[in-house]
Amino acid sequence: MIGKFFKQLTDKPWLPPEQEVVAEINTGAVALAVPPARVALRLFLCVAFVLFSLFSVAYYVRMELDDWRPLAEPGLLWLNTAVILLSSVALQIARQAVQRGNTRTVSFTLTLGGLLTIAFLVGQYMTWGELRGAGYFAAGNPANAFYYLLTAVHGLHLLGGLVVWARTVKRMWQGAEPYQIRLSIELCTTYWHFLALVWLGIFWILIST
Amino acid sequence: MAYVAIADQDEPLHDPQSFIEKYIWSQDHKVIAIQYGITAIGVGLVALVLSGLMRLQLGFPDQFSFIDPSSYYQFITMHGMIMVIYLLTALFLGGFGNYLIPLMLGTRDMVFPYMNMLSFWAYFLSVIILLASFFVPAGPTGAGWTLYPPQAILPGTPGVDWGIILMLASLAVFIVAFTMGGLNYITTALQARCRGMTLMRMPLSVWGIISATVLGLLAFPALLVSAIMMLLDKLIGTSFFMPALINLGETLEYNGGSPVLFQHLFWFFGHPEVYIVALPAFGIVSDLLSTHARKNIFGYRMMVWAIVAIGGLSFVVWAHHMYVSGMHPYFGFFFATTTLIIAVPTAIKVYNWVLTLWRGNIRLTTPMLFAIGFIFTFINGGLTGLFLGNVTVDLPLSDTYFVVAHFHMVMGVSPILVLFGAIYHWYPKMTGRLMDETLGKWHFWITFVGAYSVYYPMHYLGFLGLPRRYYAMGGAEFMPESAQSLNAGISVAALTLGVAQLIFLYNAIVSLKKGKPAGHNPWEATTLEWQTPDTPPHHGNWGDKLPVVHRWAYDYSVPGVEQDYIPQNVPRGENEQSGQT
Repeated sequence: MIGKFFKQLTDKPWLPPEQEVVAEINTGAVALAVPPARVALRLFLCVAFVLFSLFSVAYYVRMELDDWRPLAEPGLLWLNTAVILLSSVALQIARQAVQRGNTRTVSFTLTLGGLLTIAFLVGQYMTWGELRGAGYFAAGNPANAFYYLLTAVHGLHLLGGLVVWARTVKRMWQGAEPYQIRLSIELCTTYWHFLALVWLGIFWILIST
Repeated sequence: MAYVAIADQDEPLHDPQSFIEKYIWSQDHKVIAIQYGITAIGVGLVALVLSGLMRLQLGFPDQFSFIDPSSYYQFITMHGMIMVIYLLTALFLGGFGNYLIPLMLGTRDMVFPYMNMLSFWAYFLSVIILLASFFVPAGPTGAGWTLYPPQAILPGTPGVDWGIILMLASLAVFIVAFTMGGLNYITTALQARCRGMTLMRMPLSVWGIISATVLGLLAFPALLVSAIMMLLDKLIGTSFFMPALINLGETLEYNGGSPVLFQHLFWFFGHPEVYIVALPAFGIVSDLLSTHARKNIFGYRMMVWAIVAIGGLSFVVWAHHMYVSGMHPYFGFFFATTTLIIAVPTAIKVYNWVLTLWRGNIRLTTPMLFAIGFIFTFINGGLTGLFLGNVTVDLPLSDTYFVVAHFHMVMGVSPILVLFGAIYHWYPKMTGRLMDETLGKWHFWITFVGAYSVYYPMHYLGFLGLPRRYYAMGGAEFMPESAQSLNAGISVAALTLGVAQLIFLYNAIVSLKKGKPAGHNPWEATTLEWQTPDTPPHHGNWGDKLPVVHRWAYDYSVPGVEQDYIPQNVPRGENEQSGQT
């Protein structure tokens, strides 16, 4: 696909088109054979990746300054990490099931994936309470502030995903056929994998510093 | 309501019925484009008035009791931010991007019309939040459009209680709006082009707009990150950017933060932002020049590659805005080098514009005048950019009027000239009527000469060392009497220039009803938007059948063909000679 893109960029459009292009014109196959929503999601993941990368860069730059006091991360984070990975796995199973048209598995794993995600968010919120209880306030130290900030931004992205998830689940309960919700489930799965990876990145940054 | 915009479909489009569906909560890209356009121009007029107030103070200090130092800083800040983001970015991408992408690429609409609508209304909300800061206690922020901490959120800067919060919130909402729009523009350009519209057959306007959109999608997150972190510093007392400070004899709670980190984040957004504004202008001006010179654009492929190269390079030059913030010499060397390298693709574009005009059958219409005017102002602003890109030259010139002159020429006047040209050019498609040519020409000459009388002298003021952003110059010895006279002259020119824009507004409004009927293709242009069955195009753009493209966008004056232009949707004729360059 990328090769084709670069080949197109070397076209000389002022010359009569090559046969290949004429054939494409006749079949109408110029655009990429991917649903627009998937292209848009991939673009959005690029944007979100840049966002999280910039937060990480800011984290590492700020960390070098004198007043940084590393944070003792709550042990609950390990459990949360396991939960979000499980939610990602559940959605992956849902994706494969919907491709086979297996309605019962889809129904179970899709619901499970969302509930695990909610559990993850609750768990993240509990770590906030734990840290505040131990006196780690956001204004106290940049390490604390970054902890709240990174988990909040990541959580907000998951909440956005949950909106789409909820709409998909609603359609499923209203009796939508698997092929009707297939694209939504596939896109949710991609998004969840991405956010699970982002969380692993954030988690690694937190525990390694 | 939602429908597939990609292919022909059998069932008729669901046309909006009620007034509200058609003009308020519209999902039609053309209506959204005009909504974006009117909002952007409206808020731009506010910024224009602010610049007039600034010039009053600078030209005739202490004559006007309603301008005190605080309000002066507020005027600067709001003028800069509105012009760069809420006018230029929104009008080029939200306005012309929305209007031109589907029409030029032969689709019925954007691929996500609902998201497109949300994008506009989020933008509208961000404008409301921004303008609301004029009405809160102590008014809008006066931190300068760069919003550098620590001063931006410390007492002493105007609008520190409410203004800065509204500014940051408004920016965040704008970024959300832009992201929704931007995903739409790129997906539409990638996925929904009509048959035969290969990438290299796209008009350069589209290339410019989508490249700028890519830049925006990758750069705006940096602004979002800095806005969020500064908001937290302000609201809950974190110290991301705020160092330990003593303010008015009182030690503040802040500790250890890094203001320079903010500058890096800000300019990692800020420099690509220059090209977010410039690339659409590059693209649109190429189409204007080619159409009105009746010649194919010179070096089409080079033009495309140059746009992409400039876009890529714009991400590795940001620290040239920070030479005076202190940096490692090698760092400065790196950023000076990358900055100067940008001159190469940019110069290719300028040569190609000039070579497009060379021996063309030039029609000096109003859009063409603005396009040619752009070449002058852009070369002018671009060359002073080379001065400022060098560290050793930048240090003495930094924060003087030379910088003000440079960036107003290169990213103020130049894109605005293109925007005017574009409005005169596409107004007949949007409304079905031409704007008045005589008024248009008056508007052009006053704007062009006016812009030069405002900004040319500023270069000299900069060489004298006149600092920018000062409310009053005081009695510094290095400043001769004549500098003040020059400032007064600039103010007279600027105010005349500002008032002259009324000609344009009058023209645009009166021509709606009284303009000469345009027909479907008044400029005899080749691109698809001029080949719609109806003018202005109806909902769905293309009637029953989508167009099929058989050629590139620049078949003007093709040898062996009588008519001096061949629209993109006309199949190749037998007499046509190929192999033109």
